[in-house]
Amino acid sequence: MNENDSTATELRLADHRFFRGLDPEFLARLGERSYTRTFDPGALIVREGDPADEFLALFAGKVALEIIVPDRPRTTVQTLGPGDVLGWSWLFPPHRWRVDARAVKPTRAVGLAAGHLRSLLDGRPADGYVFLLRLLPVIAQRLENTRVQLLDLHGR
Amino acid sequence: MGGESSFAGSSGPPPSVAPVPFEVRRTTSETPDTVTLELRPKGGAAATRFRPGQFNMLYAFGVGEAAISISGDPEEPGGYRHTVRVAGRVSQALAEATPGGVVGVRGPYGTPWPLEEAVDRDVVIVAGGLGLPPLRPLLYELLRQRPRFGRLELIYGARTPKDLVFYDEIQHWRTRNDLRFQTTVDTAGRDWYGDVGLVTARLPDARFEPSKTVAFLCGPEIMMKLTAEALLARGVPPTAIWLSMERNMKCAVGLCGHCQFGPAFVCRDGPVFRYSDVARYLAIREL
Amino acid sequence: MTTSNAPSDGSAADGPPVGSCHILERTDFPAFLTALGAAGYQVVGPTVRDGSIVYGEIREESDLPIGWTDRQDAGKYRLERRADAALFGYAVGPHSWKKYLFPAHERLWSATRTDDGFAVVAEPSDPPARAFLGVRACELAAIGIQDRVFAAGGDAGYAARRARTLRIAVQCGQAGGTCFCVSMNTGPAVRGGHDLALTEVLSDGRHWFLVEVGSPAGGEVLRGVPLRPAANADRDRADGVVARTAASMGRRMETDGIRNLLLDNPEHPRWAVVAERCLACANCTLACPTCFCHTTEEVPDLTGDHVERWRRWDSCFNSGFSELHGSPVRKSTESRYRQWMTHKLSTWYDQFDSSGCVGCGRCITWCPVGIDITEEVGAIRATPGARAAPVGKGP
Repeated sequence: MNENDSTATELRLADHRFFRGLDPEFLARLGERSYTRTFDPGALIVREGDPADEFLALFAGKVALEIIVPDRPRTTVQTLGPGDVLGWSWLFPPHRWRVDARAVKPTRAVGLAAGHLRSLLDGRPADGYVFLLRLLPVIAQRLENTRVQLLDLHGR
Repeated sequence: MGGESSFAGSSGPPPSVAPVPFEVRRTTSETPDTVTLELRPKGGAAATRFRPGQFNMLYAFGVGEAAISISGDPEEPGGYRHTVRVAGRVSQALAEATPGGVVGVRGPYGTPWPLEEAVDRDVVIVAGGLGLPPLRPLLYELLRQRPRFGRLELIYGARTPKDLVFYDEIQHWRTRNDLRFQTTVDTAGRDWYGDVGLVTARLPDARFEPSKTVAFLCGPEIMMKLTAEALLARGVPPTAIWLSMERNMKCAVGLCGHCQFGPAFVCRDGPVFRYSDVARYLAIREL
Repeated sequence: MTTSNAPSDGSAADGPPVGSCHILERTDFPAFLTALGAAGYQVVGPTVRDGSIVYGEIREESDLPIGWTDRQDAGKYRLERRADAALFGYAVGPHSWKKYLFPAHERLWSATRTDDGFAVVAEPSDPPARAFLGVRACELAAIGIQDRVFAAGGDAGYAARRARTLRIAVQCGQAGGTCFCVSMNTGPAVRGGHDLALTEVLSDGRHWFLVEVGSPAGGEVLRGVPLRPAANADRDRADGVVARTAASMGRRMETDGIRNLLLDNPEHPRWAVVAERCLACANCTLACPTCFCHTTEEVPDLTGDHVERWRRWDSCFNSGFSELHGSPVRKSTESRYRQWMTHKLSTWYDQFDSSGCVGCGRCITWCPVGIDITEEVGAIRATPGARAAPVGKGP
C-alpha cells in the first residue's frame, strides 16, 4: 500500500497550496525526508491514538475524518481533498493522532516524517515561525467550520 | 429621506383577500421531514405566473397560513410546486396533504432573483438545507437560457445525505457538462463518498472569475453570511452577491410589521436582497 | 383621503364654505351635537371612564369631560377638576382614534369546509358613519400617517372606515405634561386634515368656540347650527390660545438627523440601560396612535368545518412577534426596545417618508416605568458611536 518514491519530491511540495512560496532552500530541506503515499478507497490512513509520526499534504483524492462513538455508526465529520493538509498532532506531545482518517477515493499524498520536521523547525526558528503561520490558519478555519457545523443549522 | 439604498417593493393580495383553493395533484417525499406539493387551481382557473425567488402564502384550512417559496419551474403552466419542511403546525398540516386534497394559495409575493444581473457572467449558486427549493426555479431558467451565462457552479449543503432534497434531479444535473454541482453534508456515515463539511469549504474547488461573477445564496442566515464573506475574500464585489432572507410573515404585503429587517419588509422589499444593501443589517445581532 | 362623506343624499353642500370661520356659543353646543346626529353620524369623543379620559360614544354633552383636566408625566396620569367648565381642557388619554379606524379585533373573512375544499364568505363592508369629536393636531397627523401605511398595504377595510369618518378637530388649549408635538412639527395648531376645527375660548366671563370649516362635509354638518361670523378679533383670540400652548410643551425631542443617528447606533450602550427598565409590556405600542403592527389568526369553530380569519393588534415587544423556526429573532428586551424606537423614529422614514412619531407623549405617560422616548434619544445623541465595552477593559 505504501510506495516510497523520492524522485522530484521538492517540486511537488512547491506545487501544493500549503508550501507554495516558501523559501526554496527551506523547501528543499523539508523535502529531504518526504515520500509519496498512495491509498486505495476504504484504506485507513491514520488511526486515532496511534503515534502521529507524519504530516501529510494531499494532492489527489478524498480523505474522510471519522469519529467513532461506541453507540453510534461511524461518522464522517469532515472530508479533505487536494490542496489540504492532514495532521498537526505531530508538532506537540503526546504526538498522537486525534481522529481516524480514511481514503474515500484513490488518494495520493506526500508525507513528511514528523521527527525530521520537528528538528528542522527547532533548528530554523525563523522558518519555523513562517511554517506555523501557515499551519495555524488551517487549524483556525477547521475550528470555525466545526463550530458552525456544531450549530446544526439545518437541524430543528 | 436618508438612506443609501432603496428597496424595490412588490405586492399581491392582502390578507383581507382570502386564499384561493388549489388542488393537490401530487406529493413527493423528498426527505423524512420534507415534501414537495404540486398544486393546481381548482376549477381550471389560472395561476398567476411567478418569478424565481418568489413565495406564496399557503393555507391549511382551520390551521393557518405559512410563507413557502415556490420551488417549481416558472414555465410549467397552471400551478405551483412548493417544497415544505415540517417546522410548525401549519407546515405539518401542509406536509400531510394528500392528492385530491385542497390547499389555499395567496400570492405570489416578494422580489425575484435578478436573472438579468447574471448575463455574460459566471454564476455561483450556494444553497444550504432548505435553501435549494427557492433556488431551483432560478436554475431552471438559467439552464433554459444557458448560452447567455458563463460558468455555472452550484454548491449544495445539507445536514446528512438523507436530507438532500431533489436527490434524483441532482444526480441528473451532475451528468450535465454545462454546470458543476458540488454537494456536501455536515456529517455522514460510511455510505457517503462525497464531501463532508461546510459549503464554504467547497468554494476553493469552484471555478469562476470573481470580478465577473454573480452569486445567489439561500440558506440559514449564518451560512449566507459566511459564504458571502468567503466570496468577498475571493474578489466578488458585494454588489454582485444576492441572498434570500427569511423572517416571520403573516400578511405578506408589508403591513403587519412582523417581517421587518432593519428598514425593509422582507415580504415586500425582499426576500431577495442585494448583499451590499443589507450587509450592515446582517451584522447587527437580533435585528 | 382628506374629506369625509356624511351619509346624506350626496347633494352639493350648501353649508358654510371651506376656510370660513364662525362663532358657536357654548350654550349652542348641544345644537351642534344634535346636528351631527341628524346628519347620520355616530359621535365618538372624549369621555371620563375608569379615572382617565378615553374615547367612547357621545350622546349628549354631559358625556364629555366637562371641567376636567389631566396631569401627565412619565408613568403618571391623574384627572383633576378644573376651576372652569371647559369641554376640552385636557391633553390626550390612553386611547387614540386608531381604535375606530384600525380596530383591535377585526374579522377579515370566513370560510366553510366543502367537498371541493373550502368556500369563502367575504366580510360585508358597511362601516358606520362616525364623527370623531375632539381630534388634536397630533392625532390628525397620526391619522394621516396611518392613512399612508394602510394605503400602502392595500387595506380596503381601513379605506372604507376612513371614508365615513368626519374629523372634528379641537385646538389644544394647554400642553400636556408629556407632549412634544412642536418638536415633531405636528402641532399644536391644526394645519389641515380636518373637516372642522374648533378652538375653545373661555375669557371675560364668556365661553365660546371658533369653528373653522376644513371641508365641504364639515360645512354641510353646520347647516342649521346657530352660528355667527367670526370677527378678526375673535380669530386673534383663538390663535392666542394655541400660541400659548405651543410655548408650554412638556418635552422636546431633537429630530435633526435622527434617522441616521438611530440606524448608526445599534450597539449603543444606552439600549442595554433602557432594557433594564423596560418590561416589554407593550403599553407604548397599544397607546401609540401610529403603531400598526398586527397579527392574523385562524379561528375554527368546535366542529372544525367553519373558520374565521381575524386580525388583531400585535406588538413588536411580544416574544412571538419575531419568531422564526420556533424561536424569536429578537430574544432580548434590549433588541425589542431598539426595534420599536428605531422603527418609530428612524426606519419609518425609509418606509413611509415621514417620522412615525407625532409627539403626543402617550408612550411616556403610559409606560409603567416611565421610560421617556425623548430622553432616550437625547442619551444616544449625547454619545453617538459609543459601544458597550467588554468588562474589565482599560488601563
